[in-house]
Amino acid sequence: MSNFLELRNITKRFPGVVANDAVSLEVKAGEVLALLGENGAGKSTLISILYGLYRPEEGQILLEGKPVQIASPRHALQLGIGLVPQHPLLVSRHTVAENLALGSSGLFPAGRIAPKIEQLAAQYGLTVDPKAKISQLSPGEKQRVEILRSLLGGARVLILDEPTSVLTPQEAESLFAVMRNLREAGKSLIFISHKLEEVLSITDRIVVLRRGKVVGGLATKDATKQKLAELMVGRNVDFSRKRQPVQIGAPILEVSNLSAKNSRGLEALKNVSFTLAQGQVLGVAGVAGNGQSELIEVLAGLHPPSSGQVKFEGTDLEPNPAKRFEAGIAHIPEDRIHMGTVPTMTVAENLSLRQYSQAPLSNNGIRDLIALETNAKEKILEYTIATPSSQTPSRLLSGGNIQKVILARELGANAKLILAVHPTYGLDIGATDQVHSVLLERTKSGAAVLLVSEDLEELLSLSDQIAILYHGQLKGPFPVTEITREQIGLYMTGGAV
Amino acid sequence: MEEILGAILRALSFGTPLLLASLGAIINERSGVVNLGVEGMMILGALTAFAVAYGDGTGNGNLYLAVLAAMAVGALASMIHAFVTITLRANQFVSGLALTMLGLGVAGLLGKRFEGVPLFNQAPELPFTIAAVLLALLLAFVLSATGFGLTLRSVGENPAAADVLGLNVNLIRYGAVAFGGAMAGVAGAFLSIASRPSWTDGMTVGLGWVAVALVIFVGWSPLRAIAGSFFFGLLYYLQFALQGKIGIPSEVFAAMPYILVIVVLALAGARGQQGAAPEALGKPFTRGER
Repeated sequence: MSNFLELRNITKRFPGVVANDAVSLEVKAGEVLALLGENGAGKSTLISILYGLYRPEEGQILLEGKPVQIASPRHALQLGIGLVPQHPLLVSRHTVAENLALGSSGLFPAGRIAPKIEQLAAQYGLTVDPKAKISQLSPGEKQRVEILRSLLGGARVLILDEPTSVLTPQEAESLFAVMRNLREAGKSLIFISHKLEEVLSITDRIVVLRRGKVVGGLATKDATKQKLAELMVGRNVDFSRKRQPVQIGAPILEVSNLSAKNSRGLEALKNVSFTLAQGQVLGVAGVAGNGQSELIEVLAGLHPPSSGQVKFEGTDLEPNPAKRFEAGIAHIPEDRIHMGTVPTMTVAENLSLRQYSQAPLSNNGIRDLIALETNAKEKILEYTIATPSSQTPSRLLSGGNIQKVILARELGANAKLILAVHPTYGLDIGATDQVHSVLLERTKSGAAVLLVSEDLEELLSLSDQIAILYHGQLKGPFPVTEITREQIGLYMTGGAV
Repeated sequence: MEEILGAILRALSFGTPLLLASLGAIINERSGVVNLGVEGMMILGALTAFAVAYGDGTGNGNLYLAVLAAMAVGALASMIHAFVTITLRANQFVSGLALTMLGLGVAGLLGKRFEGVPLFNQAPELPFTIAAVLLALLLAFVLSATGFGLTLRSVGENPAAADVLGLNVNLIRYGAVAFGGAMAGVAGAFLSIASRPSWTDGMTVGLGWVAVALVIFVGWSPLRAIAGSFFFGLLYYLQFALQGKIGIPSEVFAAMPYILVIVVLALAGARGQQGAAPEALGKPFTRGER
C-alpha cells in the first residue's frame, strides 16, 4: 500500500501557542487512521490545514507523492480530501438533494443529482431519502449527507471529525459499518476522536497528538486503552474503580414519596423515595428525559414538587435556591455554559455568583473588587483553572475549565450535598479525571453526592449505590456491588429484572 | 359592470409598482439581506425616470432610457446599503431606514425644478404590468428549478454552507441587493412616467413600505406576490374611490395602507408566516474560524 496523503513537519503557530509542532503523519489508501488527542491537542488545527482553512507556516503536504498547497475547502475536495464536520453545515429547510446539488448550475440541479445519491447510498450503505428535508433528519442521517457530499465531490480521503459525539450507540454502529464499506472500496479515512473504545474497534493505525506534537504512532492491534490514555494525557490514567470504601455517616437527605410535574404539566417524578447519608455517592442512571432534570431541580429549589417530602439534615427547606445553597446544597448543572455560568462575564465574576452580595465580596451592599480578585486568584490556583487571566470572559474557556469554574464556585467549605448532573459530559480524559477526584475528595470530609449521569462507566466507578430513573419512577437504590451493568441497562429501558 | 372593470384596472395600476418593488425585495431578502430602503430607492428611481423622460421639456426624452436610468440609480443607491451591511456588516435595518430617509430627502431637493411640470411623452402602463407578472413567473422558476436559484436560497438560509463550497456569499448578496434596488427604481419609474406622469415630492406615498411588508405577507414567494400585489392595489384604489363618498374623514383612508400592513403582518405572524423567512435574513455573514 502506498501513502495516499502525507504530512511532513507541519507547523502552525497562533499568538502564544504552537498549535501544530512539526507534525508528520501519513495515510495509506484503504486504511482507517485514528487521530487521537485531548481537547486542545491540535487535532482541529491539523484538520483545518488539511481542509484548506489554515495555511501551515512550515512543512509540506504530499498527495500521492506530489507536494500540494491546499487553498480552500473547495480546493481540498477537488484534490480528493473531504471533511465530515462535527456539526453539519447544511441548509435545514432544503432537501437532501438540494443540499448536495448546491454549487452546481443549470436546470433542476436537485433532480439531476438524486440518482447519483441513490447509487452511492446503495453502494456504501448510506441510507437517506434524497427528498427528505434536512430538518427532519436525525444527527446520524445528517452526517450521512455530509459523507455523501464528500463522496459526490470525489473524495478519496475522508476526515471524520468526532463523528460519534452526536450519535446514539446504534447510529454509531451503522456509521462504523459505512466506514468499513468505504475502507473496502479503497478510501482512506481519518477518524478523529477521544473515545478510546471506538478508536480501538474501528481503526487500523493510531497517531496520538499531545500539545501539538505527535507523541506516538502505533498499529491498533498493538494498542491498549491504558497505553493510549497514557500517550494522550502524558501520565498514568487509572481506569479501575476509583471509589474507596468510606465511612457512611448520618442520613443527610431524606426524600419520601416525591412527585413533580415537568414544565409541560406532565407528571415527571412519581413517588420517588430514597435516603442519602454523609460521605455517600448515589448514582442515578437513566436515559435522558426520564425525570433526572426534575429531580435535581426540585432538590436544588428551582422547581416546586407537587407532593412528597424532602428533608435535609432532618428539616424542611424553603424552596429557594439561594437559601438552599447557604444550607449546603451545591448544584453542578447539566448545561454548564448557560445554566452554570454567565458566558460573557469574567471568570472572577462567575466565581463570585453565589456570594457576590455577601461579605467578604461585598461590604454594606457595595462590591469589593479587590476581594473579588483575591477570591478568583485563590480558586484559580486551587482548582488549576487554565485561563489567561481572572478577567477573561468564561465563554473563552474550554469545557473542562468552565466546569472547574463551576466546581470552584459551588463546592465552598460549606457544601454538604453535591447535586452533580453529567459533570464530565464532553470533557477529555484529563479533565474528567480531575472532576472525579474533586468529587470523591469531598466525600472524605462527609459530603454526600447525588450523581446523575448517562455514562455507566462513570456511575459504576464512582458510586456506592445506584438507582435508575425510568418514566419518573426510581428503581433502587442498589448497592453497586450487587447490581450488574446488564441489570442497569434493563431497568433503564423499563424491562423487568 | 363598467365600474367593476374600472376598479380592476385601477387595482392593477396600483398593484404594478408594488409587484415590481416586492419582486426585487424578495430576491434581495432570499439572499439574506433585508433592505428597508425600498421607499427611498423607489423615489430616486421616480425622479430619475421623470428627469430623463422630460429631456429638454418638449417631450422628446427617451422612455426606454428613462426606465434604464431609474434602474441604474436604484441599483446604485442600493450599493450604499450593500457596502454598509455586507462589507462593513452593519445592522441591516438601521442602514435601510437611513437609505429611505436619504432617498426621500435627496429626491425632494433635486426634484424642485420638476414640481408641477407636465410630461408630454407619457408611457403606457400595461407593458409594465405584463412585464412584472412575467418576471414573477420567471423568478419563481429560477428560484425553484435552477442551480443559480438554489445557490441564492442557500446563501440566504445558511451562508456558511455555501461558503465552504467555494461560493462567493458576499458577491451573491451584492448582486441580489443591486437587483432589489433596480426593481425599486423601475417601480418608481412606473409612477413618474406611466401611472401619474408628473413629479411631486413624496409621490411614492408609502408604496415602498407596503412592498416590504408584502414580501412577508406572501411568504417570500414571487408567485404569491402577484396576487398579493393586486390585492393591495385594490385596497389602494378603494382608499381613493371611497374618499368623500362616505362620512369617514379622508385621513382615515390615507392611513389605510399602513393600518392594513400592520393587520396583515399580524395575521402573517399569527399563522407562522414569519417562519418562512430565510434563516440568515438580517444576519451579516462572517466566515467562521474553526
